[in-house]
Amino acid sequence: MSAAEATPLSACPACVALPATEALAEARRRAAEAGIVLSVPGLGDAQDMTRAEEAARALPGVGRARVNLTQKRLSVTATPEVTAERLIAALAAQGIEAHELDTALLTSTENELRGRDLLMRLGVAGFSMMNIMLLSVAVWSGAEAATRDLFHWLSAMIALPTLAFAGQPFFASAYASLKARRLGMDVPISLALILSSAISLFETIKGGEHAYFDAAVSLCFFLLIGRYLDFRSRAAARSAAEELAALEVPRAIRLEDGAERLVPIAEIAAGDLVLVRPGGRMPVDGEVTAGQSELDRSLLTGETLPIRAVAGTLVSAGEVNLTGPLTVRVTAAGRDSSLHRMADLVAVAESTRNRYMSLADRVARRYSPSVHILALASFIGWMIHSGGDVRLAVNVAAAVLIITCPCALALAVPSVVTAASGKLFRKGLLIKDGTALERLAEVDAVVFDKTGTLTLGTPDLVPGAQRAGDLAVARALASGSSHPLSRALAAGEGPRAEVTEITERPGYGVEGRFQGQSVRLGRADWVGALGGEQTSAWLQVGNEPPVEFRFADRLRPGAAELVAALKARGIPVRLLSGDSAGPVARLAADLGIADWKAGVLPAEKAAEVEALRAEGRRVLMVGDGLNDTVALAAAHVSISPASALDAARVASDIVLLGRDLAPISDALRIARVARRRIKQNFGLSLAYNAVAVPVALMGLATPLIAAVAMSTSSLTVTLNALRLR
Amino acid sequence: METLTILIPVSLFLGGLGLVAFMWALRTRQYEDPEGDARRILRKDWDDKPAP
Repeated sequence: MSAAEATPLSACPACVALPATEALAEARRRAAEAGIVLSVPGLGDAQDMTRAEEAARALPGVGRARVNLTQKRLSVTATPEVTAERLIAALAAQGIEAHELDTALLTSTENELRGRDLLMRLGVAGFSMMNIMLLSVAVWSGAEAATRDLFHWLSAMIALPTLAFAGQPFFASAYASLKARRLGMDVPISLALILSSAISLFETIKGGEHAYFDAAVSLCFFLLIGRYLDFRSRAAARSAAEELAALEVPRAIRLEDGAERLVPIAEIAAGDLVLVRPGGRMPVDGEVTAGQSELDRSLLTGETLPIRAVAGTLVSAGEVNLTGPLTVRVTAAGRDSSLHRMADLVAVAESTRNRYMSLADRVARRYSPSVHILALASFIGWMIHSGGDVRLAVNVAAAVLIITCPCALALAVPSVVTAASGKLFRKGLLIKDGTALERLAEVDAVVFDKTGTLTLGTPDLVPGAQRAGDLAVARALASGSSHPLSRALAAGEGPRAEVTEITERPGYGVEGRFQGQSVRLGRADWVGALGGEQTSAWLQVGNEPPVEFRFADRLRPGAAELVAALKARGIPVRLLSGDSAGPVARLAADLGIADWKAGVLPAEKAAEVEALRAEGRRVLMVGDGLNDTVALAAAHVSISPASALDAARVASDIVLLGRDLAPISDALRIARVARRRIKQNFGLSLAYNAVAVPVALMGLATPLIAAVAMSTSSLTVTLNALRLR
Repeated sequence: METLTILIPVSLFLGGLGLVAFMWALRTRQYEDPEGDARRILRKDWDDKPAP
C-alpha cells in the first residue's frame, strides 16, 4: 500500500543528498522566522491554553504566542534574547511542562501540503458522490428510456472528471507498484475504478440499463477517507520522530598548544587533548590528564553515585562532568568510542525488529491476488456461459471488482489506528512507529530500567536528624555550586545562613566562612568522615564532627501504580539496573518487584531481553539511559520518557511526554482493544464480501446492490473503530 | 420533466457552492487546530475588545 511512499533508489547518492541539504537550509531559514516551538503535552483545556499563552507573553521580548491544542504545541515569536530555556522556566513556574522542539526539523509544511491535497480530493469526491447518488435514486426507482439516459449522462459528466482528479493517488501508487512488479492493494482499486467507469460509459452511450458511476465514485470517496486517515497517523509518527531527533552536531574543545578551539567531533583523533567544562558531556573516551571533578555516569551505567575524577581516571563518552574543568587525553574517538560501539549494537538489534509484518500487510498479501483471480474467473466463466457475450462478461467482472475491492479493508486499520493513537496522544504518548501499537498489544513481559525511568534521576534530600542551623548553612553553601546534590539542597525551602567567601573546590565540594569559622560541604573523605554506599553530602562547621545529608532518588509519579497494574494483569515485571545492589533492592522492595538485578552492563541488559524473547515472550522495555539503548532496540516494543537521552528516544518506539508513568498501563489496554477492533473490522468486511461476492458472481449485482454493500460495510467498519474507548 | 432542466443545474450549483466553501476553509488553514479553536471560541478573554 505504501509503494508511492518508498523512496526510489538512486544511482548517485550525492544527487539526492544535495537537495536535502538545500531543503534543510530552507527549513532553517523558515525556523528563524517562526521563532521557538515548544511541545506542551500537559495542556488540556481552554484555561491551560490561556495560562500558557499569558505566561509566554509575560516575558519581555515575546511578540506572539499561540497554542495549537490539537498538536499540543506552543509557537512563540520573540526577539533573539528570549531563549527556549527561559520560556520553559517561565512555563514551569506556572506548572506547565514544556520541551523544546527543533524547528528546523519540523518539516510540517510539506506534510501539511500533502494532507491538504488529500483533503481536497476527498472534498471533491464527496461532492460528486452526493450528486450522483441523488441522480441514481431516480434511476433505481425506475426511470426509463430518455430520462435514464439523461441521468446516466449527467452522472458520467460528474463522475469522469472526479475520478480523474480524486483517483490520482491510487493510480500513481498502482503504477509505481506495477513498475516494481508487485501487486499492491492499489492495483485492484485502480482496475476497479477504471474498468467500472469504462463499462458504465459504454453502457451510457449504448443506452444500457446499468451504470456503475455511483459505485465507482463512492468507492473512491471511502478509499480516500482510509488513505487520509492512514496519512494522518503516518505523518504524526513521522513528525514525532523528527521532533525528537535533535540536530546537534557534537563538538569538542580541543587544546592546541594551549589555545582552545571548538571542533566537530569527527576531527578529533586519538592522542588529542580535549577540555571538558563543568556541566559538559564527555565527547570521547580518554584518560584525565589534569583537573579534578566528579563524574555523573548515571546515563551510561545507571549508577546514581557520582564518581571522583582525578588525573589518571579513565572516562568514556557520554559521562557528564559535574564540578571542575577536566583535560582529557583522547584514547578513542568517533567510530571507536564506546558510544559508537553502542550505536552499532543498536543497529544490529533493530534489524530483527524491522522484520515485523503488520496485520494489515499480512491480510493484504493474501487478499489482493484473490481479487484479481475472482474477477478474471467471473469474466471467463460468463464468457463461456453466455457463449461469448463480452459486454455481459465485462459487466459482471466490473461488479465483482467493485464489490471485492478492499474498501472496508483499507478503512479497517487506519480508522482504528487513528482513533487509538489520538487517544494515546491525549494521554501524553507519542507513537513513533506505525506498527508500535500492534506490537504493544502483544506484550506479555515488561522490563524496567531504574535510574531516570522508575525514578526521576534527580536526587532529593531525605529528611534526617540534621539541626536547623546546619541545614541553613548547607543551603547557603549549596547555592554556590551546580553539582546535582547542591542544587537539590539549595532548592529546599527554609532559611539560609550568612555564609561568605563561598568557593567551589572541584572534585571535593564547596567551602566558605560562617561566623568566623570555616565551613565545608562535600565528599565524605574531604571533611574527614567515612562515606557509605548511600548518596550523601557531608557538612563540617569549624572543628565539629561532620553532619551527613542523605539523598534519595525520587520515585517517578505513577511508577507504583503502573507496577501494581501490570502485576494485577499478570504481566511479569523485571527490574534491570546498572546501579549498585543497595538502592536497587530498596526500590524493588518499595514497588513490590520480586525479580530484579543490579550492576547490569548494557550488553547484559540486551542479553536478558534476548533471553526473554527466546523463551517466547514479547518484551516491553522501558528505559531512558545510554545503557538501555541496545535493550530498547532489542525488545519487541520500547518506551522511553521525554527526559531520556536522544539515543534512547531514537531507539524506542513510543515516547512518554509527561513525567507520569501511569499512562503506560492505559496504553497497553488501548493497544489491546485496538488490535481486537482491527480483527473485528477484518471479520466484518470479509463477512460482507462473503454475502455480496456470490451475488456478483451470479451476475445478479445491480448498481444499487454494489453501492449499498460498499457504503454499509465502510460505515460499519468506521463506526466500529470509533467505539474505541 | 421540463423542471429538471432548471432544477438539476440549480442543485449542482448549490452543491458546488458548498465545495467552494470547503476549499476556502481548507486554504485559509481552518483545519490546523480544530480542538483549540473549538475551545478558544468559548473563552471570555476578548469578549469586550478585539484581540491585539
